[in-house]
Amino acid sequence: MKIHEYQAKEILRKYNVPVPNGVLVSKKSEAPAAAKKLGTPVVVVKAQIHAGGRGKGGGVKLAKSPAEAEKHAGQIIGMTLVTPQTGPEGRLVKKVLIEEGMEIVKELYMGILVDRETSRVLIMASEAGGMEIEEVAADTPEKIIKEVVDPVIGVQPYLARKIAFALNLEGAALKAIIPFIINLYDSFVKEDCSMLEINPLVITSDDRVLALDAKVDIDDNAMYRHKETQALRDTDEEDPTEVEASKFNLNYIKLDGNIGCMVNGAGLAMGTMDIIKLSGGEPANFLDVGGGADEEMIENGFRILISDKSVKGIFINIFGGILRCDVLARGVVAATKKLHIKIPVVVRMEGTNMEEGHQILKDSGLNFLIGDGMKDGAQKVVKAIK
Amino acid sequence: MSILVDEKTRLITQGITGREGMFHTEQSMKYGTKVVGGVTPGKGGQTVIGNVPVFNTVADAAKRTKANATMVFVPPPFAADAILEAADAGIELIICITEGIPVSDMVNVHKYLQGTNSRLVGPNCPGVISPGKAKIGIMPAHIHKKGNVGIISRSGTLTYEAVGQLTALGIGQSTCVGIGGDPIIGSRFIDILELFQKDRGTKAICMIGEIGGTAEDEAAYYIKKHVTKPVVGFIAGQTAPPGRRMGHAGAIISGGQGTAEEKMKVMKRCGIKVVKSPADLGKTIKKVL
Repeated sequence: MKIHEYQAKEILRKYNVPVPNGVLVSKKSEAPAAAKKLGTPVVVVKAQIHAGGRGKGGGVKLAKSPAEAEKHAGQIIGMTLVTPQTGPEGRLVKKVLIEEGMEIVKELYMGILVDRETSRVLIMASEAGGMEIEEVAADTPEKIIKEVVDPVIGVQPYLARKIAFALNLEGAALKAIIPFIINLYDSFVKEDCSMLEINPLVITSDDRVLALDAKVDIDDNAMYRHKETQALRDTDEEDPTEVEASKFNLNYIKLDGNIGCMVNGAGLAMGTMDIIKLSGGEPANFLDVGGGADEEMIENGFRILISDKSVKGIFINIFGGILRCDVLARGVVAATKKLHIKIPVVVRMEGTNMEEGHQILKDSGLNFLIGDGMKDGAQKVVKAIK
Repeated sequence: MSILVDEKTRLITQGITGREGMFHTEQSMKYGTKVVGGVTPGKGGQTVIGNVPVFNTVADAAKRTKANATMVFVPPPFAADAILEAADAGIELIICITEGIPVSDMVNVHKYLQGTNSRLVGPNCPGVISPGKAKIGIMPAHIHKKGNVGIISRSGTLTYEAVGQLTALGIGQSTCVGIGGDPIIGSRFIDILELFQKDRGTKAICMIGEIGGTAEDEAAYYIKKHVTKPVVGFIAGQTAPPGRRMGHAGAIISGGQGTAEEKMKVMKRCGIKVVKSPADLGKTIKKVL
């Protein structure tokens, strides 16, 4: 789960990771008071959306007076911010974070993630702060410092020192960054983050070390033990159909095509999208109804599929294991009738109780197309919508 | 022959008294797997599914039944603990079906297992089946056929798809291993490839990967160096958008890494027969046999 910058910084504060003083504002009229409270000659007005690259889209602005802060807040709140990560449709900004300005002498990068290659937590750091780490990795991989953390001992001072020296820090900044790294790791583990990125991590002229920006993803699987984090979900940042699907425990991701797919299992669902494309069509979505789907879930899946108005045909691809084909067929028939589905529906099913399932479709009196294997099914649905 | 599980496997189920644990234990027994017991803390002393004894701890079950394998059906908040308990009790093969274990739990589990003799398969996997011998997991038994193709896959239903195609062509399987769709798993492609290469009953290998991570690349380089048997591969998610988690916790293209295109390129370069369509898996394996 993604959270906003201001929420990420709240979490970091709890773990004594220094962040700039800031005030969250949702109306421009609140901006001057916020700027006065911060009391620095310059304040920064930052749009709060989940996507990165906000500065490039005009979502981050400097203000030299409370009046200017109000002006910027007025421009940013309510704007549809388009950044390289939002896609052309952009995101509506509802809140801005107003933060103290500071004199920055050095910008660094620090990221923590779960590294799949080593199956360990990995700390990455670089002197090239403010740049996309992917770009740094591609152009100058030698500039990225990587340290694998042993989960038994966590980040000990020696490891933090190793990173600090590799970042060419000295004096007060060197001293300050060691607890910064230790506390940052602590927050990563205790809050069950799957990714934590401080870019930039800044050293100020008065030798403070601060997380100027913070991007945090929380592990969805660990959400059950973080009730307070659940409240940080902002569904306005998500696709409305995906939010609806998540209420029914359906794994749905919207894509750009016009063939709706309903599949059991994530791998087969991806494979189904692939074979639609290979057959000359475009998948409208990823939808995994899971192994234990029942009639009700199938109906909900159908409803989600057809709520996407670009869907011109549906391809159901089920390899029945635990999910029996007769259960699926009954669900498909019921949903097609109940929701008055008029677009072509191609059903390919195999596995447990396959014959019974086919009989149910045949007896329904509805006009289903039957796919003999996934290739045939994909070709039939592509042809049917042409 | 086969790998990991066979007639000599003595299985216990952790979480045997739960709905899914009991159902799939019964299914495995029907297939011929030797189930010697189960574990549910607090329910020790009972018997289930005929006369399968339930124990309070894995240590107890291991001592009394000489179990050498366990199937974990424990819910996500307690699953990591169940794996650790099995390893601590010296169970050689731990197959964890549970989906949704927090990744930080798995970091700790992975570290702990390195100091033990236990092998973990999964989590978030369908399990392992050696057709005609034993089945540990949730895969539909009837689609399988005894034979000489080894299957390794990150996906459950896509494995069934490959198995279904093979069986329809009259080609059987030595062992099918679902390694799981999570970012941190116990056995990787290379661990299972090593076993298939050594197994005299396996003549060809089918490897099914998906977007996310670099495990397939690692496997491809390993195959080039160490595997002499023909390998057919497929990567799911050629049409998946970057930055989105496609159902499996591990199926995500992040920072431009882990795309299907890149993986397929590396696999081809290393001599693997890569198919673009999952519908071509069966017939391509038939060709290389």
